[in-house]
Amino acid sequence: MGKRHTIEAMVGAFVALGVVALFFLAMKVSNLSMISGEDGYQLTARFSNIGSLKVRAPVTMAGVRIGRVESVSFDKTTYEAVVGMRIDAAVDSIPDDTFANIFTSGLLGEQFIGLEPGGSPEFLRDGDAIANTQSALLLEQMIGQFLFKKAGESG
Amino acid sequence: MRFEGLARLGRGVIGALERLGRAHLLLLAILGGTGEVLRRPRLLFDQIYNLGVLSLLIVGVSGLFVGMVLGLQGYYVLQQFGAEESLGIMVAASLVRELGPVVAALLVAGRAGSSLTAEIGLMKATEQLSGLEMMAVDPVRRILAPRFYGGVIAMPLLAAIFSAVGVLGGYFVGVGLLGVDEGAFWSQMQAKVDFQEDILNGVIKSLVFGIAVTWIALFQGYDTVPTSLGVSRSTTRSVVHAALLVLGLDFVLTALMFGD
Repeated sequence: MGKRHTIEAMVGAFVALGVVALFFLAMKVSNLSMISGEDGYQLTARFSNIGSLKVRAPVTMAGVRIGRVESVSFDKTTYEAVVGMRIDAAVDSIPDDTFANIFTSGLLGEQFIGLEPGGSPEFLRDGDAIANTQSALLLEQMIGQFLFKKAGESG
Repeated sequence: MRFEGLARLGRGVIGALERLGRAHLLLLAILGGTGEVLRRPRLLFDQIYNLGVLSLLIVGVSGLFVGMVLGLQGYYVLQQFGAEESLGIMVAASLVRELGPVVAALLVAGRAGSSLTAEIGLMKATEQLSGLEMMAVDPVRRILAPRFYGGVIAMPLLAAIFSAVGVLGGYFVGVGLLGVDEGAFWSQMQAKVDFQEDILNGVIKSLVFGIAVTWIALFQGYDTVPTSLGVSRSTTRSVVHAALLVLGLDFVLTALMFGD
């Protein structure tokens, strides 16, 4: 009976240890502690070029993350990229003349959407579209334009 | 005698297909013994103890060292780009996605799978399995099924422990020894390691590996030639086949999970 009991206790400790390890991985290593759930509301924005923006990329305002990119699709009639974003429910006061930019974090970092609030008293609601957008700055294009301009000056 | 080479090839292929068929029939029979395992959970506890608790030491120590080596090597590469703050992402992502499930499975195949094969093989060689059958006890349900479920339950837990200990090992080396900023280490890790995409997929991987490793070990034991040479060959084959299958499955699973 004693040995039986020890084995059962060891198995219990082992399972508990495994669950603790999984819990540690979930809360401390992964982003589970930061996911606020599926609440929040959806906004869309149309860009003529989104660069390499990915689904799940952050949506920020004043540098603080207030949501995530939920979908990226292509509109074949207007040739524009349609980006769907989910904004945290707590941030319910985004003016309807807000400007959406695609920025890059650092020189080689990933791309994210930065919202710059306008001054309108009307706020965006679930399902609304952000009208003012600016495309991603493509490093290759900028270098090309810079070289072209330099060549024009010297010539 | 003219087509001896061809005949040998044919025999080989037919033999391999027969073994494959027997292995699947055995798996079906084991799954049919699920009820027996549920009726006698003590048999299952014994096997979780044998396969899981007794593998804990080697899995934990290996995890610690793998994590520490990842910390050292990752730091060496990343500091060349001035990105040593990303060490946490590198250590955690590679452990959770790949190394945790795969190395834990290889260790379990070596530590527990081989002993399972030898145990079952010897039971067959000493005719204990036939003895059970004679007493109208189905050895597949009574002996094999609890071992199978024990291995399948123990593997994800062992892989999770391996990953968690590895992350701590990487933390000790990176933050403690090499002076990476502690806040950046954890916050970048949390920002980039996704719960569903990385951690749950890692758990699914280790579950699949658990099934593969225990299944192969049990089949090799059950299908052994009942002599000392046969048991020793089956034990070797059990480890080799399990390792190959785990690595092959890992490629397939990785391509399916992270391919796009």
